[in-house]
Amino acid sequence: MEKKIRVLVAKPGLDGHDRGAKVVAQALRDAGMEVIYTGLHQTIDQITNTAIQEGVDVIGLSVMSGAHLPICEKLMKEMKKKRIDDIMVVIGGVIPKRDIPRLQEMGIQGIFPGGTSFDESIQWIKKNVKQRV
Amino acid sequence: MGVAKYIKNEKDEVEDVILQSGVRVKPLYTNKDLEEIGFDPDKDLALPGEYPYTRGIHPLGYRSREWTTRQYTGFGTPKETNERFKLMISHGQTGLNVAFDLPTQMGLDSDDPLAEGEVGRVGMAVDSLRDFEVAFQGIPLDRIGVGLTINAVASIVLAMFQAMAENYGFKKDRVSATPQNDILKEMIGRGAWIFPTRPAVRLIGDTIEYSMKELPRTNPVSVCGYHIRESGCSPVQEIAYAFQIANTYIEEVLKRGHQIDDFIRGFTFNLNVFGNLWEQVAKFRAARKLWAVNLKERYGAKDHRSLLLRGLFGGGGYGMTKAQPENNIIRGAYYALAAALGGAQTTALCSFDEAYTIPTPRAALLSLRTFQILMEEIGLRDTVDPLAGSYFIETLTKQMEEKIIEEMKRVDQMGGMIKAVETGYVQKEVARQAYEFEKGIQKGELIKVGVNKYTEGEEMDVDLHEYRLGSAEEQVQRLREVKRERDNRKVSQLLKDLEGAARAEKNVMPYLLECCKAYATVGEMTEVFKAVYGEFKEPSIF
Repeated sequence: MEKKIRVLVAKPGLDGHDRGAKVVAQALRDAGMEVIYTGLHQTIDQITNTAIQEGVDVIGLSVMSGAHLPICEKLMKEMKKKRIDDIMVVIGGVIPKRDIPRLQEMGIQGIFPGGTSFDESIQWIKKNVKQRV
Repeated sequence: MGVAKYIKNEKDEVEDVILQSGVRVKPLYTNKDLEEIGFDPDKDLALPGEYPYTRGIHPLGYRSREWTTRQYTGFGTPKETNERFKLMISHGQTGLNVAFDLPTQMGLDSDDPLAEGEVGRVGMAVDSLRDFEVAFQGIPLDRIGVGLTINAVASIVLAMFQAMAENYGFKKDRVSATPQNDILKEMIGRGAWIFPTRPAVRLIGDTIEYSMKELPRTNPVSVCGYHIRESGCSPVQEIAYAFQIANTYIEEVLKRGHQIDDFIRGFTFNLNVFGNLWEQVAKFRAARKLWAVNLKERYGAKDHRSLLLRGLFGGGGYGMTKAQPENNIIRGAYYALAAALGGAQTTALCSFDEAYTIPTPRAALLSLRTFQILMEEIGLRDTVDPLAGSYFIETLTKQMEEKIIEEMKRVDQMGGMIKAVETGYVQKEVARQAYEFEKGIQKGELIKVGVNKYTEGEEMDVDLHEYRLGSAEEQVQRLREVKRERDNRKVSQLLKDLEGAARAEKNVMPYLLECCKAYATVGEMTEVFKAVYGEFKEPSIF
């Protein structure tokens, strides 16, 4: 039996807009993945700890406030420190095109700005995830 | 209910229309429809300015007075925000609505590690009274009403506003502030909450109680259906939830022994405008009637002025798209029309760059021009409630009314809004509808021009507001300066007094006022509340 892909949908920082995160969480679940939603106002520390506890294959960030660059920088640093930088990181929300190269450089693999279809992000994750044993 | 349906056949004939609120729209309405629904012009309508106020809260509507325009404004440092305030006012805006950055909204000072990357990004950074002094320098506060979009720390910010106004020589009974101050909608659809529900509602009660005597021209709450609709609920739920939220705050004040007529006039509403034009207009008319009925029958309000629903109808954020952003200028015009046909007292629009970031001056000014053209050229000031008597609009208004009552009953059966929020019922319902709506868009069942239909054409270039990193550094510098220059022993003592008052469940506003006058910071006052009240635990809805 194929093990389900485990995804942590996370709302880092102070931004309280969670419509997108909750919608994507429902879509990923309907696509057969196991989804853990962190709720709002998560620190990087909390997100990475939850990722470890829950043994997730993917961390999905949802950022609407425009603070995606400082947030991702912090996250990647913390993941390295906690030695979980092999977990795939994807991000969605309000992500301007011109920031995509920088995010990719940081190690954010899947970038799904608003307007990305469920299909696109789901297929991408299924294709690229390296599930953790 | 929850997702609108537009069924077209192969010949592109519209076969079926079901509004998001669940009402089926027929191709034709006649006087028979009014008979069937039991429409009674005397009971259902009356005249504008007469119970039940369906047609409007004032007999002359916009003939006597234009609506107030107040674009949501604020970014970077208080000085930058002050400049933008003055720019908007010089272009004809008649009110202010202050946007605060996320650290301020979350009760954090600009130098808090959790504030990193967010200072001045989505709104103005405010740490102390000094910032308000800069932000409102040269603003005639006796003539311009100021909306303060602040919720979890609304009590702090309102006290700070009073301190600033008094420092500038304005009398507290002359200034008009409207702190949004609606925590329950934060927990449902906006997310800027800090404290648990009951202490948070108690703080709202404190601000209302305080304003009754000390700030008579202030509207201590602006109850928001707006954000709940932004999060995915239908127009009827928007009203039902807003009213039940308002009822919760009413009951908080009533249980302190006050009379409804003594404070209810300070309540205002913030309602959304995107979507089907007819549905929005009927929604506003039904809402006005139901609010009057709610106050008369549920709370026994006697003064006719207590029954008036005063509202900001506007925004329309969720209707705006990232694709083909210039289309949003057009959408804004239609949304403004809905607000005017709905009889809004105040209005604002999301600007065309809404899906990208906070607005540039050009985008914000275009929103103002939208309102000015509507009122000066298109005839929206000519007569009150022009759609009254329409077979369609009166039928739809009654149908919306019935559905709103149904939704309100559902919340009553759950034990009220606090319970509905603590159990996650409303949040679940809203998230479910948001998902259905998104599926509809992605399947092409719900049309969004430029997004899933008429997508041809070059991608438009949009000049965007740039977040200036330097503003965060400047803000932290000023914060340090303030802390150096103030009487720190006094601040310490006043914060202790504040804590004592909070623990004893006294009205905290006078204590907050003293703290603000001594330049205590938002973060320091919030820490006191956190120690006393704890923090809200989001119910799990998955």
